[in-house]
Amino acid sequence: MARTLKLRIWRGNDKDGALQDVSVEANSGEVVLDIIHRVQATQMGDLAVRWNCKAGKCGSCSMEINGKPRLACMTQISAYPEDEVITITPLRAFPVIKDLVTDVSFNYKKAMEVRAYEHPVDLKPGDARMEQVDVERSQEFRKCIECFLCQDTCHVIRDHEENKKSFAGPRFFIRIAELDMHPLDTLRNRKQTAQQEHGLGMCNITKCCTEVCPEHIRITDNAIIPMKERVVDVKYDPLRWLGSVIRKRDGIL
Amino acid sequence: MTQNIERHKYDIVVIGAGGAGLRAAVEAREAGLSVAIVCKSLFGKAHTVMAEGGAAASMGNVNDNDNWMVHFRDTMRGGKFLNHYRMAELHAKEAPDRIWELETWGALFDRTKEGKISQRNFGGHEYPRLAHVGDRTGLELIRTMQQRIVALQQKDQRDTGDAEKNIKVFAEVTITEILKENGKIAGAYGYRRSNGEEILFEAPAVIIATGGVGKTFKITSNSWEGTGDGHALALKAGANLVDMEFLQFHPTGMVWPLSVKGLLVTESVRGEGGILTNTAGERFMFKYIPDVFKDKYADNEAEADRWYVDQDNNRRPPELLPRDEVARAINSEVKAGRGTEHGGVFLDVSKRLSAEIIKKRLPSMWHQFYELAGVDITKEPMEVGPTCHYVMGGVEVEPDSAAAVGVDGLFAAGEVAGGMHGSNRLGGNSLTDLLVFGRRAGMGAANYVKTHGANPVSDATIEKAAARIAAPFTRTGGENAYALHQELQEVTHNLVGIIRTGPELSEAIEKIAELRKRSANISVSGDRVFNPGFHLAFDLDNMLLVAESTAKSALLRQESRGGHTRDDFPGMNSTWRQVNHISSFDGEQVNIKAQPLPVLPKELFDLFDVHELEKYMTPQEIAKGGSN
Repeated sequence: MARTLKLRIWRGNDKDGALQDVSVEANSGEVVLDIIHRVQATQMGDLAVRWNCKAGKCGSCSMEINGKPRLACMTQISAYPEDEVITITPLRAFPVIKDLVTDVSFNYKKAMEVRAYEHPVDLKPGDARMEQVDVERSQEFRKCIECFLCQDTCHVIRDHEENKKSFAGPRFFIRIAELDMHPLDTLRNRKQTAQQEHGLGMCNITKCCTEVCPEHIRITDNAIIPMKERVVDVKYDPLRWLGSVIRKRDGIL
Repeated sequence: MTQNIERHKYDIVVIGAGGAGLRAAVEAREAGLSVAIVCKSLFGKAHTVMAEGGAAASMGNVNDNDNWMVHFRDTMRGGKFLNHYRMAELHAKEAPDRIWELETWGALFDRTKEGKISQRNFGGHEYPRLAHVGDRTGLELIRTMQQRIVALQQKDQRDTGDAEKNIKVFAEVTITEILKENGKIAGAYGYRRSNGEEILFEAPAVIIATGGVGKTFKITSNSWEGTGDGHALALKAGANLVDMEFLQFHPTGMVWPLSVKGLLVTESVRGEGGILTNTAGERFMFKYIPDVFKDKYADNEAEADRWYVDQDNNRRPPELLPRDEVARAINSEVKAGRGTEHGGVFLDVSKRLSAEIIKKRLPSMWHQFYELAGVDITKEPMEVGPTCHYVMGGVEVEPDSAAAVGVDGLFAAGEVAGGMHGSNRLGGNSLTDLLVFGRRAGMGAANYVKTHGANPVSDATIEKAAARIAAPFTRTGGENAYALHQELQEVTHNLVGIIRTGPELSEAIEKIAELRKRSANISVSGDRVFNPGFHLAFDLDNMLLVAESTAKSALLRQESRGGHTRDDFPGMNSTWRQVNHISSFDGEQVNIKAQPLPVLPKELFDLFDVHELEKYMTPQEIAKGGSN
């Protein structure tokens, strides 16, 4: 059952670093995070890795495995051939703190820029009535575990630091879409702000974000494209805008 | 040297950013105070995200017979009447409001046909009671409160130009010490995990909301954060822990593959109709219905199956017994040689529900088994076994204010607080516990600060806390923290686990003391920058205190009740029900004393059928009929 796994792990800090080769025992059924922990416990006591639930639910152990943004806890080693060297590097879109740990504070800044949910002022706690089918649209986006793999892979910011200021990224487009489709949210013009303030227009729908999402959220198809389409509609047709407002109010009743 | 340390002043410091910590922070902020939230992980990653099944609240949306009194009774039964009655009462009464409040902050729970919040069945709950979002309810709670905090920060940004003026999150910071001056809370001290630099919070009130202790054990559903930090910090600050012998082994953890051993399989699988069988194909739970539950649980398959469609005229399936009962039953089956090759039993939902419904109601379970074990739960059974899941014991608090007994300015809420769940927690009661007592801790701390004011930290106190952080780097060639942690987990797993005996517990106490001695000589390689070996050294110190407290309390309790099973003292004993075990720390070791359990007041006593109470209480207690 046991095999010897060859890894190439990036070690370093915000100034410099390099790939280091290491061999380590691995058992069948283990995931990359198990292997990293074994390296930590036996060979590199100070190897930095961020992790938490080890069950694909918290989105902490995001890294790049053979160049692909992945959760280390959900990546089976059996997916790699026996003789393959597995290369493990930190997320490329964010500054390195140490080894596999990056500074993801960019995402928390962007979270702060999305206007929060606004509850109808006259709707008392317990009085909300919503259809399951109506909450499901937003629920898909609320599955997001904030692993930021979509942010890491998005080519608008992956190699373009200069775009970070004006581009919120896929994680926050689904947050805006979630609020936009929320049956009760009363804040208007979320799509328009997505376009004007959060850089929705910079996305050219290559769907890379959807591909890496461990929760299989259809980021491009269900959030970004519908918002892009409706932004265009609203831009050219005020009646449609009015209609969308009325439909939304109906949802409250 | 104390001049160069990063310093902050707040009214309240909340340690922990799970459900309880965030709810406390929101409450304190809304009361007009400034709050620092300190957490070991990134914001939004706390273990609460792992809670799957739901949040128990008697809203009566699915069955309108439900109300707080039924919920209260279920909670007391689940805890085998060792619960602090006042906590169980407040929880049952306030849980619905706490759920509805989340909806006003944007939470989106699953709905009933009438458009209300849907509620599902769960072990030990008489009616469908758990508000849920598929099987990712904890994530919904965390995200809702995380976003609520962002909303409060956005408001501060608009009003003052500074988003972090009144509420700020300090992520990836470990607190190593709660500071006191003049016998009262003065703040907290720790280090930033990213660079090891030290950080001081001066605050007259501290709320501990650090969650559980699972990492003390070898097989656990808890993440690395569950190292009993708050339990140990409270002990060292002079607070007490209550009933630390009670640990919940969740009956259904994954047993294979190795890398996910212990990972939780939500109780919703059973709530939705999953059945437990052994390798002989026998649905074995019918054999394990204890006398106290015989009138509530079906003793044959036909009736158990009918219950799913007609709950008014049938008794519940025994798979839905409280967790301690199911965990012990699985343990017995495996011990008797009727377990799977990986040491578990089968849990099967594929025969009762269609693939489509399974994927809709249990999406993360389907995902988890498919991705991590290669098992398609819509077609085949899961293999499951007990895993250390939750600690019922915790900081002794005043129920109404969540104030820690014995330390002015200290508060505790959530899993780290004790009393609410007695000897065994019901599934679903944890998420509402976080909300109800998180809010009360926020209120309690706010009221305290308003009447007490600042309590500055002295340089001497800071120097002492700083010296402790520096110590592991001054040693070379000492003990390895990883190795010591593994040894501790072996001791707790083998000697303080799901079934205990007196001699084994005594042996555990000796071994834990030895490990603690050795841990004083831990040395750390590398520097302070994001160094997990350094971090573990402090986590381990906390786990050792927790393990000592658990083993010592367990040795004294000569009965079996809830999450404490003594092979040498099987069965509950009414006299022991009147006793809480209180742990305190004298600087050298943990000491345990017996303390009388608060007596159920008459109005709560009268909510029960006296014949049911006779199963738990002494004849004298029954004759008295509760206090007045």
